[in-house]
Amino acid sequence: MRIGLFVTCLGDTLFPEAPRAAVTVLERLGHVVVFPREQTCCGQLHQNSGYLNEAQALARRFARIFGDFDAVVSPSSSCVGVVRELSPEIAPRVFELSEFLVGQLGVEDVGAYFPHRVTYHPTCHSLRVVQVGAAPLRLLRGVRGLELVQLPEAAECCGFGGTFAVKNADTSTAMLEDKCRCVLATGAEVVTAVDGSCLMQIGGGLSRQGTGVRTMHLAEILAS
Amino acid sequence: MTSFPEAARIALGDSQLRHNLRNATTTIRDKRARVVAEVPDWEELREAGRAIKEDVMRRLDEYLLQFEESVHAAGGRVHWARDAAEANAILLDVARAHDATEVVKVKSLTTDEIGLNEALAAGGVRAIETDFAELILQLDGDWPSHILVPAIHRNRSEIRDLFMRTIADGRELSDDPRELAETARLYLREKFLEAKVGVSGANFGVAETGTVVVVESEGNGRMCTTLPPVLVTVLGIEKLVPTFADLEVFLQILPRSSTGERMNPYTSLWTGVTVGDGPQEFHVVLLDNGRTRVLSDEVGRQALHCIRCSACLNVCPVYTRTGGHAYGSVYPGPIGAILTPQLRGVANAKSLPYASSLCGACYEVCPVKIDIPSVLLHLRAQTEKDVAERIAMRSLARIFGNTRLYEWAQKLARAGERPARRVPGPLAAWTQTRDLKPFAKETFREWWSRERGA
Repeated sequence: MRIGLFVTCLGDTLFPEAPRAAVTVLERLGHVVVFPREQTCCGQLHQNSGYLNEAQALARRFARIFGDFDAVVSPSSSCVGVVRELSPEIAPRVFELSEFLVGQLGVEDVGAYFPHRVTYHPTCHSLRVVQVGAAPLRLLRGVRGLELVQLPEAAECCGFGGTFAVKNADTSTAMLEDKCRCVLATGAEVVTAVDGSCLMQIGGGLSRQGTGVRTMHLAEILAS
Repeated sequence: MTSFPEAARIALGDSQLRHNLRNATTTIRDKRARVVAEVPDWEELREAGRAIKEDVMRRLDEYLLQFEESVHAAGGRVHWARDAAEANAILLDVARAHDATEVVKVKSLTTDEIGLNEALAAGGVRAIETDFAELILQLDGDWPSHILVPAIHRNRSEIRDLFMRTIADGRELSDDPRELAETARLYLREKFLEAKVGVSGANFGVAETGTVVVVESEGNGRMCTTLPPVLVTVLGIEKLVPTFADLEVFLQILPRSSTGERMNPYTSLWTGVTVGDGPQEFHVVLLDNGRTRVLSDEVGRQALHCIRCSACLNVCPVYTRTGGHAYGSVYPGPIGAILTPQLRGVANAKSLPYASSLCGACYEVCPVKIDIPSVLLHLRAQTEKDVAERIAMRSLARIFGNTRLYEWAQKLARAGERPARRVPGPLAAWTQTRDLKPFAKETFREWWSRERGA
C-alpha cells in the first residue's frame, strides 16, 4: 500500500521523532511510505483561532497534496480530525496512526520491545473526534516488556487546546496541574499519547516540576 | 464585561471555590453517568430530542401562533415581549393591577436573564425567590454560578451564617442541612400563602395544547404555580415543543442529564385556567430578547435547542475549575459560551468563544446533541481580532501556503531560538508554568532528505 505520511507542522518542526517513528513502524510492516514535501499545516491553527478563510485555503491545499494516496497516515489525531472536517473529499482515506494499524491493517503486535512502566493519556480529539477507541491500548498491550498502568481521570483534557493554552493560560495550567498529579500517581516512567501537542503541554508541566517523568509519542514506543 | 481569562484568574485562586466545585460537579456527573447507562435507547432519545428541537426552530413562527391560540382557548392571556424591558413592564403591570407588593418566584433562568427582580424592585414590587439555593443568593446579594445548582459555590457554614443574619428570627442555628432547610421552609411558607402573584419560567410550552411545564425538585414551584390567585410565566420562545407527546422524550432526558435522577420529584403541568382550582388568572409572556437573531444563524441556532440540563457544565474541564461567575452571564459553562455571545452580540462577549479547550466533553453528554465545539469555532470566526494577532495569523497563513517560505521559516525560528526558561512575547503565557519544547535540531523534512535523498 502506498501511504502518504502527514507529519504535521508541529511534528515536522518540534517533535520529528514521532513521524520518524511512524515511518519505522509502517516500513517494518512492509509498506511504502511517501513524504510529500509540499505539506505544511492542515489549517487547524487558523480554524482554532477563528480564521476560517485561511483555514479553508490551507485545507484545500492539503487535499491537493494528499489527493492521490491510497491512505494518508498521521501521528496526530487532532490534525486528522481537522482534515476530516475541512477536507471532506479525502476524509475517508485519512487515518491516525494507531487507528490505521489496528483498524485498517489489523495489526496489534508491531514487534516492539519497551521494558518500561507506561501510562496512556487518551487525548480529547482521539477519544471524541477521531474516535480511535481502544486501538492505542491494544497496540501498547502488544509491546513486549511494557507494563501498562491505568491513568486516573484519564478522559479529562490536559488543558492544551491550541491557542487556549496561551489565551487562557491560567485555566489551562489548572487543568495541566490535575493531569500531572494523575500521571505522577501512576508511578509511570513514561506517559504516552497519540498527539504530540498534548504531550508538549503535559511534558512542559512535568519538566517544569522536575518530575523526571518523560513524554513519548505512541509511535516512538511502537518503533522501539 | 470583564474578560473571561481575567475573571477566571481570580476564581482559580479561590481554593474554597475550587474544592466546592470539584466535589459538587464530580458527584452530579457520576450520578448522571450511572442513570444514563441504564437507558438502553439513550442515543435514540438524544436523536429524538435533537430532531424535535430542530423542527421547532424551523417552524417556530407557526408553533408560536399555535401556542398563543391554545393558551387563549384554555383561558390564559398571551403577551409578546421583544426584549427584557418589554417583558419586565408586562410583569410590573400585572403586579400593579392586583396591588401586589410582593411576588413569589419559581427558580427561573429566563427571569434572571431579563433582570426581572431588579426591574420589579424599581417599580416597588419585591420578588421573593423560593428555590432554596436562589433564596440563599438573593438574601446575600449574590448571583447564580450554575444553571441547576445556583449556589454550587457556597457551602453550608456560609449558609448558616447568612440565615442567622437574615431569616432565622434570632434563633440559634447549626449547619445541619435539615435545620437550614426547615428555616427556609418556615420563612417561605408564609410568603406562599400571602402572595397574590406567582411568577415562573418554564421548561417547556406545548404548542398543541397551550400547556406549560415546570420541572423541579423542591415543591416550591408547585406552590408558586398553584397557591397565588394570579400566575405569570415568562417563556423564552425557543422553549416550545410541538405536541404533548413530545414531552415523553424530554421528561426522560432532562432529569437524568441534570440531577442524575430517573425522574424529578415535581413536574407541574398546567393549561390555562381551571375554574375553582389553582390560579384564576394566567399570563404567558413570550420572550424574544435576542433569540430571533440567534435563530437567523444556521450554525449557531442549535444553541436554542438547549433544555438547560447543565450536564455540559459538570463535565467541562474549564467550568469545573473556574465556576460560573467567570462567564459573566446567567448562562455559564459551555452552553453559556455559545449562548451569551449570540444573545448579546459577539462583540459584547468576545472572550467567551475562546473559553474552551474544545475537548468535546460537552457535546458528548448533551441530551439534545448540541455540537458546542463547532459553534464555538463558528463564533470565534466572528470575533474581532486584535491587530497584532491578525498580522501574525495572516503571515503564518502565507508561510503555510508556500513550502519554500515554510522551510525558510523553520530554519529562521531555530536559528533565532535561545535556551530560556521564560520567553517574552506571545509565548510568555506558556513559559510561566510550562517548559517550552525546543525546536528539533533536525526537522523531519531535513532528516528525510538526508536519509532518503528526496
